[in-house]
Amino acid sequence: MIERTFCLIEKYIEGDLTQKELVEFEEILLKSPELKKEIEEQKRVKEVLSKMKLKNPSKEVWDGYWLGIYNRLERGLAWIAISLGLLVIFGYSSYEAVQSIINDTHTPQFVKISFGVFFFGLLVLIWSLLREKFKTSKNDKYKEIQR
Amino acid sequence: MNDFNKNVNLSNLQKSDFERLVKMNMKKAYYIALGFLGSHDLAMDASQEAFIKAYKNFKKFDKNKNFFTWYYKILKNHCLNVIRSIKNKKEDSYIEIKTDSENPLYNIELKEQIKLLENALKKLSFEKREIIILKEFEYKSYNEISELLDIPVGSVMSRLFYARKELGKILKKELL
Repeated sequence: MIERTFCLIEKYIEGDLTQKELVEFEEILLKSPELKKEIEEQKRVKEVLSKMKLKNPSKEVWDGYWLGIYNRLERGLAWIAISLGLLVIFGYSSYEAVQSIINDTHTPQFVKISFGVFFFGLLVLIWSLLREKFKTSKNDKYKEIQR
Repeated sequence: MNDFNKNVNLSNLQKSDFERLVKMNMKKAYYIALGFLGSHDLAMDASQEAFIKAYKNFKKFDKNKNFFTWYYKILKNHCLNVIRSIKNKKEDSYIEIKTDSENPLYNIELKEQIKLLENALKKLSFEKREIIILKEFEYKSYNEISELLDIPVGSVMSRLFYARKELGKILKKELL
C-alpha cells in the first residue's frame, strides 16, 4: 500500500476526511473490497479502544512521585560513599595484614611467596577487567542503548 | 530553548530545576510505562528510574531539543529491560472504562472486554503495542509520535494500520 492510502485510512478512521478525500478514498475501496473489510474491522477496534483508558493513580501517588526520585538519588549517593569507604578500609586492612605476614619471621618463606603470587594475580585480573571495561565503553557505539 | 522545556534552567540544572522537569512530565511518563508494562508498581518504578538515569546523563542531552523526546528513549529502553526480566510475572489490571454506564450489564460486558484487550495488547510486539498506547491511550498526534519514535509521519500511519490490524485479529475471535 502506498503512503497516501495509509494517510486516507487514518483520516477516515479518525473521521477527518474532507469531501474531496472521501471521494478519493471511496474509489480506492471500490477497487479493493478486502481493504474495505479490513478498515471496517479497524473501526470496530478503534471503537473498543475509545471506551477505555489507562487507570489513573490517586492524588497521593502523584504527590509522592518526586519524593520517590529524590530518595533514590540520595540513596544512590549514600551507596557510593559507603562503597568508597569500604574499599579504602578493605584495602588498608589487606595491606596491613600482608605487611604483618611478610614481617613475621615465623612465617615460612613459601607462604610469603604464595601471598606475593596471589596479589600479583589479583592485580593483573583487576587491571585486565578495568582495561576491558574502559575499551568497551570507549568504542561501543550503542553504549547508550541498554540491551 | 525549546518551548517544551521553558521555565526550567537546563544549562545549569539544579535539583529544583529537575524537580520541575519531573513534575511537568511525570504523568505522561507514568502512563506510557503503564501501557508498556501493564502494572502500576512496575510503571511507577520504571518511570522514576528513567528520570534518575536522565538526571545522571543530563550532560548528554541536547538542550535545544524537547526533554520528553530524549527522556522517552531512556524510558523505552528501561521498559524493554524490565519486560525481559518480568516475563511470566502476574500483571494487574491497568485499563479501565472511561465512563461507567448506568446499565450494569453493559459495564460487566465492558469489564470483560478490558480483560481481553489487556491480553491482546500483551500479545502484540513491543513496537505495535507502543504505537497503540501512544495513539489510542495517550492521544498523541501523528507528529508527536513521529518525533518520539524518530520515524516519518507516513511510517507512523502505516505502523498504526498494521498494529490495529493485528490487535483486531487477536480480538476478533472473542470480542468483536
